[in-house]
Amino acid sequence: MLSKRLVVCLDVRGGKLAKSIKFVDTKDIGDPIAKARQYYEDGVDELVFYDITASRENRDIMIHFVEEVARQIFIPFSVGGGIRSVEDATKLRNAGAEKVNVNTAAVKRKDLISEIAHAIGSQSTILSMDIRKVTPTKEMPSGYEIVVNGGVTPTGIDGLWWAKTGEELGAGELVINSIDADGTKDGYEINLTRMIADSVGIPVIASGGAGKPEHLYDVLTGGHADAALVASIVHYGEYTCRVLKEYLNNRGIKVRLNY
Amino acid sequence: MITIIDYNAGNIKSVQRACAEVGVQAIVTSDPATVAQAERIIFPGVGAAPSAMAYLEKTGLDAALKKAFKAGTPILGICLGAQIILESSEEGNRKCLGLVAGKTVRFRLKDKLLKIPHMGWNEVTVTQPHPLLDGIQPGDEFYFVHSYYPQPADDKDVYAISGHGGDFCAALGSDNLLAMQFHPEKSGRLGLQILERFARWDGALTG
Repeated sequence: MLSKRLVVCLDVRGGKLAKSIKFVDTKDIGDPIAKARQYYEDGVDELVFYDITASRENRDIMIHFVEEVARQIFIPFSVGGGIRSVEDATKLRNAGAEKVNVNTAAVKRKDLISEIAHAIGSQSTILSMDIRKVTPTKEMPSGYEIVVNGGVTPTGIDGLWWAKTGEELGAGELVINSIDADGTKDGYEINLTRMIADSVGIPVIASGGAGKPEHLYDVLTGGHADAALVASIVHYGEYTCRVLKEYLNNRGIKVRLNY
Repeated sequence: MITIIDYNAGNIKSVQRACAEVGVQAIVTSDPATVAQAERIIFPGVGAAPSAMAYLEKTGLDAALKKAFKAGTPILGICLGAQIILESSEEGNRKCLGLVAGKTVRFRLKDKLLKIPHMGWNEVTVTQPHPLLDGIQPGDEFYFVHSYYPQPADDKDVYAISGHGGDFCAALGSDNLLAMQFHPEKSGRLGLQILERFARWDGALTG
């Protein structure tokens, strides 16, 4: 039986680790590669690197960064931020990233998902979605809306519809990031996560809002998520990956403990 | 020295980097002559069986690999490299290399909650001793990502199993060849341990 995964997200800006609260107030908090190595040794199951500057000029820096990560980390990791073409995705994958995350560019041109899935495989194509709660309307019946450009631009696109569409287009995994919960440490958006996890046949990674080990338990059980993504709670040393996984294990969730 | 076969099937560099991490030099090649004379071979791969087989046949790498296998060269197959060593694959109904009797089949899952691809960390249970799998303890997990799995015709060729809606073969082998459906290069310390053992393996089943 597959274990539930603990995923750590590192926001990278110009090669440095950054963390935002509600997608703003970004500050640098250290060397991402040293941090990643620390999490790897502490038993994290997967890493996600988001290039939050995501400019064209930064793309080469990111490729060198990915190569360096791949020399030091021997578990799967993905990269996201500013991926706009099959070429971007293929380069990052060839540099050593197991998977790539698409977000804004896929909303602007949804065929990007199928093109990347065709080039590097569905298993390597992750659709990341930034979602906020809205009043349900005819256009957005699920009551959740996709926002892009780092969580600042509303799109009028229904969150649930987009998740299902992403799967149909060939995404092999979804990251569900709640803008409302991001950085709050009040817990994941359980309803949103469960709604999407129950509607698709691909794995779902819950993101945004982890503050305590109980939050991970809640989203992996009640939220039906396959993986829980954390950031702040491990970056600032409140919890280690080991402590989080032992907590989950003690509450009966199957996690990887031998490493 | 390890020779990694590059046949246009996925990210070969991660295997090479993992070898470097355990202090073993590895070269990447798509030259059949280099493969045929290699000291030991890693046959990796991610992707689809039909295109991989077509590429191997077009380049003559299929014959080189068969020759090395017959000559007793230690060979480690990974993922797709654990599937196309069988006689055929359901993926595109493709005839494959036939180094081990059996076929590669797709997961058929009754439980709607289980997902395909089988992606993530799962327990691997060793079913018969093998020098490369010696260090694996009950509860040890490895990283998988696949929709098809190898199904050897004879149980004697199965060395480890895992479970996803039922048991499936996680490692298979024959003589100087051992192949695993999971990715040792992406499975942390436990995976690196397998590569380390492979770098010292003489291809014999007792050691």
